Amino acid sequence: MTARAIGDLLRELTPQVLGALVRRYGQFEGCEDAVQEALLAATVRWPAEGVPENPRGWLVTVASRRFIDQLRSDHARRERESATAAEVVPPEVPETDDTLVLLFMCCHPALTPASQTALTLRAVGGLTTAEIARAFLVPEATMAARISRAKQRIRAAGSTFGLPAGAEREERLRVVLHVLYLIFNEGYTASSGSELHRADLAREAIRLTRMVHAQLPEDGEVTGLLALMLLTHARREARTTAAGDLVPLDEQDRTRWDRASIDEGSALVKAALAGPTLGPYQLQAAIAATHDDAATAEETNWAQVHALYLILERIAPNPMVTLNRAIALAETQGPPAGLELLATLDADERMAGHHRLLSVRAHLLEQVGDPAGAYEHYRRAARATASLAERRYLEARAARVRPPARPGARGQAQ
Amino acid sequence: MQFLISLYINPAVLDALTEEEQAAIGEGHGKFLQALKESGELITTQALADPSQAAVVSVRNGQPVVTDGPFVEFKEYLGGFYLIDCENRERAIELAARIPDTAIEGLGVEVRQVMFADGQLEA
Repeated sequence: MTARAIGDLLRELTPQVLGALVRRYGQFEGCEDAVQEALLAATVRWPAEGVPENPRGWLVTVASRRFIDQLRSDHARRERESATAAEVVPPEVPETDDTLVLLFMCCHPALTPASQTALTLRAVGGLTTAEIARAFLVPEATMAARISRAKQRIRAAGSTFGLPAGAEREERLRVVLHVLYLIFNEGYTASSGSELHRADLAREAIRLTRMVHAQLPEDGEVTGLLALMLLTHARREARTTAAGDLVPLDEQDRTRWDRASIDEGSALVKAALAGPTLGPYQLQAAIAATHDDAATAEETNWAQVHALYLILERIAPNPMVTLNRAIALAETQGPPAGLELLATLDADERMAGHHRLLSVRAHLLEQVGDPAGAYEHYRRAARATASLAERRYLEARAARVRPPARPGARGQAQ
Repeated sequence: MQFLISLYINPAVLDALTEEEQAAIGEGHGKFLQALKESGELITTQALADPSQAAVVSVRNGQPVVTDGPFVEFKEYLGGFYLIDCENRERAIELAARIPDTAIEGLGVEVRQVMFADGQLEA
């Protein structure tokens, strides 16, 4: 088995091993550390000695020993009798899959989203602290502190190992999906530095969402989120130039889209939309599928995109959704209609000076033949964004519509 | 999201403080630093030597020209910074408000988002 295949196997087994330990010993914090150590031991030993016959059992045994050793040394440090430490009997390898329970735990409401994502990647994703730190472009010490604080918070909140019931379960599942969505976005919107690592985050988010989907195949929003990720990730190769510049959807080379990913995503959307409930991820996935269905930008079914945004706006009102609907409206009824809808967002303080509002307005002004207005808005949008790739793109657009300087004239042309 | 919290100091303002007040600032920064480390939001922090020790470097006709002193003569100078990684802009501002300098007239604390980063984080 190659080192890469071993790594994949280890990450797949992580939640099962951690689940087994927490079920037996109850201490999420200590068990999580012990599992990390067992993973590390496997990474060192398996490539040399070969993968054991029962890799899950091996990991559970090693992790249990580490956990008990730690417990004993903690006791010794407190100068207590070590006899109270439990005997080293590795727990039974369970038949149940604890992935969901662990995800619910990592996405505990007492944690900030940044902590939820970090802990999820470590405890369920099986990534090391160093890998997570690299992916988020922070020092390892920063990430280690964040993860350890998160575990302390969970303990302080008195979280028990098990699935919450009823409405709380539903609510927590939404948080889990949001965390997976954040991990995906972090990878997808890579704008600087280690882009390779950040693309890995998108893949990791897809892998984790697949695990949730395997547990809850009937949940429309889980299916919708997985579809949304696949349909978006399918465009990754066409989304930037070799130099790292952004390529907008309508200028992408669609032959470079990942067909298999689109087919899988589209099938999932269809299945989700046939279900009894309709949610924001399903609608966003349906919109992504509509774009991915068009062989050329001109063939995009904008009427359908607009209709889907209209429903999304009703079930989950959000100025960003309205902004996106304005783009679709401009395509179906002309740029002036789009501009009119954008004007309704001006009073929304969440959108005031937002680079997306500025750049969409710039595009529409360009289309209605107002290069001076477009130039001004592209420039303002470029200043407002915190993404270097986006700023380069917006500055290039601005340069394209810049009104020619008239000889002798001062200031901006009409 | 990463933010740079820049600390603009005014030597005259600092000199006018009592010893207790100066000690309180030092202590406040110590506490702030500790809290940032524990929460996993600190990337790095650095304090700069006095602006009078700065060298301004320019190259004219291919020859480097070095002059003493800060580039711009102002009352306030960049004294140091915290580079943090936190949830959002609101959180960055909430953190910045805990820096003792913010309570002193004449000292400036500025929050700006990072747009590009490269180089080794582990030093």
